[in-house]
Amino acid sequence: MRDPSLQLTGSLHASDTDVVRKGLLGAIMPALVALRAIITRESLRFVRQRSRFVAALVRPLLWLVVFAAGFRAALGLSITPPYQTYTTYEVYIVPGLCGMILLFNGMQSSLSLVYDRELGSMRLLLTSPLPRWWLLICRLLASTLISILQVYVFLSVTAIYGIRFSPLGYLVLLPALLVTGMMLGGLGLALSSAIKQLENFAGVMNFVIFPMFFLSTALYPLWKMAESSELLHDICTLNPFTQAVELIRFALYGSFNGVALMWTCIAAVVFLALSVWGYDPARGLTRRKT
Amino acid sequence: MKHLLFTAALSLTTPLHAAEIWVTNEKDDTISVIDVDTLEVTRTIPTGERPRGITFSKDYSRVYICASDSDTVQVMDPNTGQILHDLPSGEDPEQFVLHPNDRHLYIANEDDAVTTVVDTESRKVIAQINVGIEPEGMAVSPDGKIAITTSETTNMAHWIDTETRELFANTLVDSRPRHAEFTAGGSELWVSSEIGGTITVFDTANQSEKAKIEFAVKGVHPDRVQPVGFEFTEDEKTAFVALGPSNHVAVVNAETFEVEDYILVGRRVWHMDFSPDKSLLFTTNGVSGDVTVIDVASREALKSVKVGRFPWGAAMRP
Repeated sequence: MRDPSLQLTGSLHASDTDVVRKGLLGAIMPALVALRAIITRESLRFVRQRSRFVAALVRPLLWLVVFAAGFRAALGLSITPPYQTYTTYEVYIVPGLCGMILLFNGMQSSLSLVYDRELGSMRLLLTSPLPRWWLLICRLLASTLISILQVYVFLSVTAIYGIRFSPLGYLVLLPALLVTGMMLGGLGLALSSAIKQLENFAGVMNFVIFPMFFLSTALYPLWKMAESSELLHDICTLNPFTQAVELIRFALYGSFNGVALMWTCIAAVVFLALSVWGYDPARGLTRRKT
Repeated sequence: MKHLLFTAALSLTTPLHAAEIWVTNEKDDTISVIDVDTLEVTRTIPTGERPRGITFSKDYSRVYICASDSDTVQVMDPNTGQILHDLPSGEDPEQFVLHPNDRHLYIANEDDAVTTVVDTESRKVIAQINVGIEPEGMAVSPDGKIAITTSETTNMAHWIDTETRELFANTLVDSRPRHAEFTAGGSELWVSSEIGGTITVFDTANQSEKAKIEFAVKGVHPDRVQPVGFEFTEDEKTAFVALGPSNHVAVVNAETFEVEDYILVGRRVWHMDFSPDKSLLFTTNGVSGDVTVIDVASREALKSVKVGRFPWGAAMRP
């Protein structure tokens, strides 16, 4: 079977003259064709890599069932918004584990981008006549939608495990996951533009994923961080992943956290801008590589 | 006449008060009043020293408060929060129960090893009954014929004939019995043992042990599972049991005596009471200084409301 990205590039070149002829609709249609093609390609890749899906699900479940169970009584008790009463540690870390799925998938996506680049399919995609930023957003959206699907599957398993949220919470969660997924995917995209070889990805794990995850509210609330170190508390507050986790946490309880949404959106725009710059062959970090 | 008109006008403009939960704060010497509708503290009322047991008269026109370190039972007007008078209670009153005749208070005097019977109308002690060491839990059967005192050190439930005011039976329970309740029909007596970690169920007719309920909270050391206060739902099919420093309330099937669920609440939960329709349960969490509101139907904690320091007893006012 042909690589879907090759089909996509072909269709984009063919539709080039249509853009001029059909006006506004003609300008939008190729963009939507590109979006559909990229989403289809990512979906196919997702369906074919079932082990990746299982791994993405097993990782947070292990944290929930093994790690959280062990720390059940260790966290101590405290009521911080959006909680109205005391919560077990298992319930506390669920939003953080949703964020974990998005974070790891964002980075996984950056890994596959490096792979795509090494194979040449990324260059093929970027040479299409559509704006580069749009192609990157399509790529981001595709990987985010797959991550969101994984989060909902994870939440279904937690519901079976006994940790349930209100229907409103599950619904309000969707836009929060979309913003968070775009932000973390944007980070992955920006990083992928800087990574020269596939082997360097281990560095991303050590220097990006782990610090981002552990220096956030995914595992411990901010007041717990402040107890050990004020500096640690400040670093955690500045971490965009903290804001994303809090956005998810509030959404799961049907609440709105404006500050978290603002910081997550700002981070998403910055990361996306960096990745657009990074993938610009004239200026960016891919200058010598593509 | 002017005064009367003013009072009448005030009563017309003042909305009827919502149901309330009154909580005694042991370390603050106060009562926190929680509005059942808003789940907020609406009033804080000063009391005597170390208020613990609390109960309302049948018509809710009087509230009785065990002011333990003041060695008295205070009688308060719940509308104004004014102390009307004190009742002679004997030393260190901790828990008490109002007889169904709405007149006699049976008070456990922790330091004196006696149960004092006080007439709330004549304001006089009418009897003092010797019981075991450190009496605490108090209960009266629905027909008013039997009063129970549990003694924490003797580890017994003492059965008192309310007519003769003499003990007619003593039954052993597990270590440190803290609370006793009859079921609404009066056929069973439940006694919680704090250190023993159990609830013993007795057949009232012959004072024999019918069942023993044990608790095990996931992730909590058994030593910290210490049952104290408990309440039955209206249909008497379920009992909610406060498990002290385990920070959980157990949900017990009162027919099979099986524990069905555990609900996380605040720290060191001891006592509780229901809202008037029994849809909400309010637990007093001493160490965390708050009251957790539990939705009875879903068995979920909805909210924890900050009250004073070391909340102890809870009583509902409709």
